[in-house]
Amino acid sequence: MNWLRRSSSEPLWKEEFPVRTADERYVTRRQLTKFLVLTSFGMFVGNLWILFRSLFYKPPTHPQQTVARLGDLPVGGVKLFTYPTNYDHCILVRTAENEHVAFSQKCTHLSCAVYYSQENNRLECPCHKGFFSIADGSVLQGPPSRPLPRIILEKRGDELVAVGIKVS
Amino acid sequence: MPGNSELPPKTRGLTAIAGAMSLIAVLLIVQVWLLSATLESFLAGNRGSAPPAAIFSGLMFLICFGLYRFVDSIDSDVRNSSGDR
Repeated sequence: MNWLRRSSSEPLWKEEFPVRTADERYVTRRQLTKFLVLTSFGMFVGNLWILFRSLFYKPPTHPQQTVARLGDLPVGGVKLFTYPTNYDHCILVRTAENEHVAFSQKCTHLSCAVYYSQENNRLECPCHKGFFSIADGSVLQGPPSRPLPRIILEKRGDELVAVGIKVS
Repeated sequence: MPGNSELPPKTRGLTAIAGAMSLIAVLLIVQVWLLSATLESFLAGNRGSAPPAAIFSGLMFLICFGLYRFVDSIDSDVRNSSGDR
């Protein structure tokens, strides 16, 4: 049974784990530096992508779409519709006898659906309490940093027609 | 108190790598902030901020890459001098 006997006087764990802690830390730091530089390259690529999108940006053309009849809604009434595609939900509010406003229903913070609060006369996001002005969609309170995109409406006869989107 | 030249090569290498990592980390934080601010501005319809942001982000990446090359050269020197890996 001599082959079972260890020749070295070193403890067994030193023979089985010959990597020194200092060496291991040394390699790990080099790898982390490489990873940080790759992440920096990723950030640069992200900025290049935004630059590419802004250089080749084409203003979208919006269809004309009838969203409601003038007498459909009472003052303070709300109608939901989609514009310009079926995936873009919008909210139409009759704020006065002869005044209608429409905005994208998607909160500019994290895309929750905003609703009209008649008692506060503002648009409210229930997720994080972001409030928007009913007059122009600007942010009144909360985490959103951008106003709601406004749907441009035109009165044609007794119909309200959406003709575009104003992003400010 | 021993000077820098009296320290073992591996210790000096570790110090250099730690310093470069700190600088790269600071630059990376600025890059993350720059990307998020540019994206926010782009989504708000302002497209004028994209070109300078891309240029500055590229500069910061080049500095990070230069620091990495510096670390790599130090690492090679240390390995050659100590006969390591």
